[in-house]
Amino acid sequence: MARNNEIPEVNAGSMADIAFLLLIFFLVTATIQTDMGLDRKLPSKEPAPPATFKERNVFRIVLNKNDELMVEGNLMSIKNLRSAAIAFLDNGGFDQNMEGHCSYCKGAMDPEASDNPEKAIISLNSDREATYGMYVMVQNELTAAYNELRNREAQRLFQRDYVEMEKEYFAPETPAQDKIELKERITEIRNLFPMKLSEAETKQIQ
Amino acid sequence: MAKFAKKKDGDLPAVSTASLPDIVFMLLFFFMTVTTMKDSSLLVENTLPNASEIKKLEKKDRVIYIYVGKPTQEYQKVFGTEPKIQLNDKFANVDEVGSYILAERAKKPQELQNVLTTALKVDKDANMGLIADIKQELRKVNALKVNYTTYEGNAFNNLQ
Repeated sequence: MARNNEIPEVNAGSMADIAFLLLIFFLVTATIQTDMGLDRKLPSKEPAPPATFKERNVFRIVLNKNDELMVEGNLMSIKNLRSAAIAFLDNGGFDQNMEGHCSYCKGAMDPEASDNPEKAIISLNSDREATYGMYVMVQNELTAAYNELRNREAQRLFQRDYVEMEKEYFAPETPAQDKIELKERITEIRNLFPMKLSEAETKQIQ
Repeated sequence: MAKFAKKKDGDLPAVSTASLPDIVFMLLFFFMTVTTMKDSSLLVENTLPNASEIKKLEKKDRVIYIYVGKPTQEYQKVFGTEPKIQLNDKFANVDEVGSYILAERAKKPQELQNVLTTALKVDKDANMGLIADIKQELRKVNALKVNYTTYEGNAFNNLQ
């Protein structure tokens, strides 16, 4: 019998399997990088009619050029800002017999803080020299304060978190029917704690 | 009888590689859909701040980007170290922001022109004055939806 000198061809049939395995591996592990951030709506350029509000309904935050915070006239650490904002928003200053009483508020009813969440305004004033990192941190803490209160109300009314509902609403895979219901609920919660954030023009604070 | 001829032992039958192109195409399509084209190279330092209460910026076709930060090392000789605005591929002044937004808006399809978001990708060491000026410009051209783009993380890391 003659010796077979040819090199046997390598079996490439399993190549497809390997490729599929790689493909599935990448599909599972790779996350499409999306940008994330804090959404804000700027006020319109058209001059709004001057609103009248009581001083107690305004929560004043000033950010100076050394990145220090002054909240309602007192120096405050950024770590305490969230709880201070929650205390202000959730105050519910009107008592039961008065019109505009906030039935869902659990705050201290401090006569110095807001009457009810619908009237509460947060005013943020930042120096031109303040850093953007600090500014985002303040914005983040304020958003967190609103989210915490909105989550609480959403849990009470719909037994789920507001943030979760919002996420589901913006997810592209949510069916349109669910979105209608979600939108109603989200608007309802937002009306309970509307976000009123006013940013006056930044100026040089002496 | 030679009806059952003995198979020649030693060489295997050649495997068809006809499906290989399909696999390669599949991989190709996968990467085509997953990756996003980087359309402008960064001329500024862009370490975004961290935040935790964030939302995803869905639908990239509805976003206009504005970069702000210190010029990178190679441009510092020419442009200095003060934070600058980058629009598309070049440095710009504050007063160019408005026209840039209008130009970008005109490029988008009609139905998207009212739902555009402006993503501000700002270095965390930039100062607020410049941001405030940009926001004034955005208000002038009625581009009111903004997104302060951040990294996901603990916001208190910004202090360092």
